[in-house]
Amino acid sequence: MSQATMTRREWLLTDRPQSRLQARLGRAYVTWRRFTANWLAVVGMLIIMGLILIALFAPLLAPYSPYIGDLAGKRLLPPGAGHWLGTDDQGRDILSRLIYGSRLTLQVVVLVAVIAAPIGLLVGTVAGYAGGWLDAVLMRITDIFLAFPKLVLALAFVAALGPGIGNAIIAIAITSWPPYARIARAETLTVRNSDYISAVRLMGASPWRIVLRHIMPLCISSLIVRVTLDMAGIILTAAGLGFLGLGAQPPLPEWGAMIASGRRFILDQWWVAAMPGFAILIVSLGFNLLGDGLRDALDPRGSSQ
Amino acid sequence: MTTALAIDRLRVTFDDFTALKDVSLAVESGESYGLVGESGSGKSTLLRAVAGLAPVSGGTINVNGKRLGRHRDKAFYREVQMVFQDPYGSLHPRQTVDRLLLEPLAIHGFDNSERRIMRALDEVGLGSGFRFRYSHQLSGGQRQRVAIARALILEPSILLLDEPTSALDASVQAEVLNLLEQVRADRKLTFVMVSHDLAVIAHMCDRLMVMQNGEEVEQLTAAELTARRVERDYTRNLLVASEGFRSGA
Repeated sequence: MSQATMTRREWLLTDRPQSRLQARLGRAYVTWRRFTANWLAVVGMLIIMGLILIALFAPLLAPYSPYIGDLAGKRLLPPGAGHWLGTDDQGRDILSRLIYGSRLTLQVVVLVAVIAAPIGLLVGTVAGYAGGWLDAVLMRITDIFLAFPKLVLALAFVAALGPGIGNAIIAIAITSWPPYARIARAETLTVRNSDYISAVRLMGASPWRIVLRHIMPLCISSLIVRVTLDMAGIILTAAGLGFLGLGAQPPLPEWGAMIASGRRFILDQWWVAAMPGFAILIVSLGFNLLGDGLRDALDPRGSSQ
Repeated sequence: MTTALAIDRLRVTFDDFTALKDVSLAVESGESYGLVGESGSGKSTLLRAVAGLAPVSGGTINVNGKRLGRHRDKAFYREVQMVFQDPYGSLHPRQTVDRLLLEPLAIHGFDNSERRIMRALDEVGLGSGFRFRYSHQLSGGQRQRVAIARALILEPSILLLDEPTSALDASVQAEVLNLLEQVRADRKLTFVMVSHDLAVIAHMCDRLMVMQNGEEVEQLTAAELTARRVERDYTRNLLVASEGFRSGA
């Protein structure tokens, strides 16, 4: 069979890849097909992609300014034709604030994941592979972090560092790595005595090389799943900090802070607090569905190995 | 002839359990040496101790006249390589054959890795069509060939074989054994081979040691084994057991 007569699908699914790239793409394609077989996961992915697009094109999508309201005539308007989701107590359009707020939400989620996941991965794999006293020290530190409720610890950090969205991100990242370290360590313990790791040791590979190049890739898929499932929790923690006035500061349109400011009118003007609540709900749901789908798609036990 | 591998009163202890009790042996360079015994007799532990994968608590190991310390250096791994028993467990599940073979070359800084990988695959009878497959796209025999290619790519002089064919079915076993014979002849390798199958050992090895409970029972030549000139009852029982199975089946 010549290359030209193969369809793209056959090229991807072939038993005999001709290059590194083809082998990698083929593997990615199989994972993708497993992922898309689950329609709920696709819904989750679409929600997250929607969030990303909204964040990217916020200035084009938002009908009004998120910061400047009309205090004279537009305070606390109910949802209607002019303002689809109503206005808040300062006469600002809630929809526009939600659209701009998606940027903050995404920023929090991405930065926390980028900071916390590698820390957890490194601590967990090193502890699991090294064993002995290093394992004991690293895991006791992890235990100490795990012993505090996440929000309380984040509160303490923000209180120490000062309120603000940047410090909130750091505080959430510091409090969310320990579960990742636990997962990475557990995965490492299951593979560290396997023959294929012994074989790499027999090639003369250094412990760092074994951890970084041979053990970490095996831990990454379960970590991605866990981080995705935690995204909802991260959003809620950020919203919680915002709600308590320790996260994003006014007039930033952070969703948690918006709920906090709407609390005063919750009985008469319910939409001020409810709309950002819905936004948090939908995005959290999206991340959870995506995480569930990724778990099914990335789990090596489910595949043909 | 020089001594490739000399083991003197080697002792291996896991916590409270002594897996290997003062075992000594010497393997000439170019020789094929077999270790036979039932499960738990310590034969695999002996190989793993030489490779640095089991905790040595006493005795010495000399490879090509150099005494091994607690820590194995890179030069050691260029002399001694190992093929594991289970071809399903000895290949990394997320790496292509190409990546598996590239890794030892990268660690030891070998040049023209492209050519070496192609040659290694040819040597074990796998064409370049297998180069970019993942291990789950290979059969058991093909996996074991890849494992052999990986062990040979560093051009070692001693190959440790831990029941290299026991996880394979009979026809594939013969193929892999022939392949091993072939590379030994081509490269003048020293083999130390573990098996519970007396027929395989008698076929592959010049001399052998029978082991039980982490101790030596006796050392024989392959000729003595096939002629039944054995001294100890345990060995006789092993022989009877393997024959009984064959005629009974």
